[in-house]
Amino acid sequence: MSFVSQFKSLASEKTRDLRHRSVIRTALRSYEIVRDKRKAAFQSWESARQAAAETKWEAINHLDEHLVALATKLEARGTKVHWASNGAQAREIIAQILRDKKARSIIKSKAMTSEEIHLNHALEKEGFTVVESDLGEFIVQLRHEPPYHIVFPSMHLTRGEIKDLFQKELGDAPSDSPEELTMVARRVMRQKYIQADVGFTGGNFAIAETGMISITENEGNARLTAALPKTMITLMGIEKVLPRFSDLALFLPMLATAGAGQPMTCYNTMYSGPRQPGECDGPEEWHVILLDNRRTELLADAEQRDALHCIRCGACLNVCPIFRNVGGHTYGTTYSGPVGAVITPHLRGLQDWKHLSNASSLCGACTEACPVKIDLHHHLLQNRRNASASEPAFFEKLAYKTFAIVANEPAFWSLAKKIGWLTQPLQSLVKGTALDPAKAWTKTRDLPPQPLESFKDWWKNRQ
Amino acid sequence: MTVTLFIPCFIDALFPRAGISMVEILERLGHKVVCPNEIACCGQPPFNSGYWDEARTIAAPALEKLKDAEAVVIGSGSCGAMIKKFYPELFAKTPQAELAKQVASRTWEFSDFLVTKLGVTNLGAKFPHKVTFHDGCHGLRELGIKSAPRALLGNVSGLEFVEMKEESCCGFGGTFSAKFPMISTAMGEVKCAAATETGADFIVSNDSSCLMHIQGLLSRQGSKLKTIHLAEVLNQR
Repeated sequence: MSFVSQFKSLASEKTRDLRHRSVIRTALRSYEIVRDKRKAAFQSWESARQAAAETKWEAINHLDEHLVALATKLEARGTKVHWASNGAQAREIIAQILRDKKARSIIKSKAMTSEEIHLNHALEKEGFTVVESDLGEFIVQLRHEPPYHIVFPSMHLTRGEIKDLFQKELGDAPSDSPEELTMVARRVMRQKYIQADVGFTGGNFAIAETGMISITENEGNARLTAALPKTMITLMGIEKVLPRFSDLALFLPMLATAGAGQPMTCYNTMYSGPRQPGECDGPEEWHVILLDNRRTELLADAEQRDALHCIRCGACLNVCPIFRNVGGHTYGTTYSGPVGAVITPHLRGLQDWKHLSNASSLCGACTEACPVKIDLHHHLLQNRRNASASEPAFFEKLAYKTFAIVANEPAFWSLAKKIGWLTQPLQSLVKGTALDPAKAWTKTRDLPPQPLESFKDWWKNRQ
Repeated sequence: MTVTLFIPCFIDALFPRAGISMVEILERLGHKVVCPNEIACCGQPPFNSGYWDEARTIAAPALEKLKDAEAVVIGSGSCGAMIKKFYPELFAKTPQAELAKQVASRTWEFSDFLVTKLGVTNLGAKFPHKVTFHDGCHGLRELGIKSAPRALLGNVSGLEFVEMKEESCCGFGGTFSAKFPMISTAMGEVKCAAATETGADFIVSNDSSCLMHIQGLLSRQGSKLKTIHLAEVLNQR
């Protein structure tokens, strides 16, 4: 099945699923309340957005310099920096480290880049055990499904469903209380931490000035992932660079506010290297893999380069009426929602993924919500333009050519209205059936009755 | 002032009352209204679908017709946004680039024109019903129009105004409604539920295209809730 047919089929299923609609709506309602409260705590949220966008412009427009500075600083403190052009290279670099270390078990904290390169699947195929330690990721891993949302991986599940899952997969679920379920997960994970040979993390921000990687989390699992195993691996996209350490003063609260309605995420840790001489903890080796995977192609597109500003907060998903109705899995992509619809055509091919840019009412709620001011919904328009220009759909183009002829000639336009009026009774006979040319509309919606006298008729009669 | 009224294709064919109301209101305010018969559409359907050449085929003659207009007024935030915001982009690097910018700067959405340009908020209208207002997304986010229609409705005698609890897209989105009808319908259902929850008799909007979608769903659901264009409310005496 093509990507578009799969999207349409899953979308048809999910949009009819009123239970799904209600679960997501309830979850996002509580998010909206805390987010607005935290936004109000900023002296000016709009000025903060502007400052963040400008910092990101600076970072992305001088990415080459910032990346070199970052790598040099990281290496100076003994970190091994690897550059991966694509997913296959990144997977091989990681697998090779694991083979060299004779590792068997890997504990992971949350990293969407690892989803992007399908890391777990590749490592498991090679016989490694991979355990997700972020609670939401742990839950979806038990369900053998990808994260539903880039920040809230298991937001589509209720407490009851998680209890049943734990009972089935872990044989332990005393009740559906979040505290007790978390304790079950914690007991399982502690064992895995002790057994793990390698800890794997993502990264939220990389600081060029100081050579640090900042990791944001709420559960302390990333700190344990980085602290306990002897080897640490970090995978992050090259666009995550910020020029200065002081930029975090804006970006950490902004990410927390936009992403989860928190003043600050519970744990924010800056890593600057492996264990140094004289230090008593931390990994003996730290490998940082900087991933391109077609981000440089997006960088080359001056019109949409700002899509690389994305800090993966998920705010655009949360406000998107399409995301809220079709759900995260329907997209079939690592990055879903508006930002996913914008960048996936760049990362995975325009013709295969243009449908995500078409599946939008262009309402602009995403652009309004984006903390780094990515012009999301206008990029959807540009993707549509680029897709139609390179591979026009024959009948659609013909329809618009015909429409242009009719619209530009008053006599034709007038005739078209008369035909519309005359065929109304026929249309109502076949309404919503396979014979109805307007069935895409009339299956669920009535057409407005067309009056005999159009505005222009009225205007003409009046003159 | 001479006001050039831009009548969108769907107002012309399906909702003439909205256009007639605008003419009557503007004339009552002492303005001369003209309405070029040759303009049928702003070109938004092909533009939004990515067919910019075809969009220019429609928009270019429209631009020429609007060249000398003192003020272009349009009863739709969506078509208004097309001219004000997207014409300059559509015609960038073409011989009409400068003209597109000029016409854009002289184009107004109807409620914004009344309130911001003319400074009128009270039209002496009477509409003894409970109403809620739907902000079309293009008017709201591309043009930043939110207070003007509310200021106008606030002065309608007998009208009881109630806001919906959540602000969301109605799901129309032009050709999106036909290309992805399941998503469009689900979004519309959310909108209709929010409007129904207010207990209003009417959903008012400055965009007939959104109302066409909302009304289409409400009629199918057998709801008593009705939709009406802002200009029609403001023209009730």
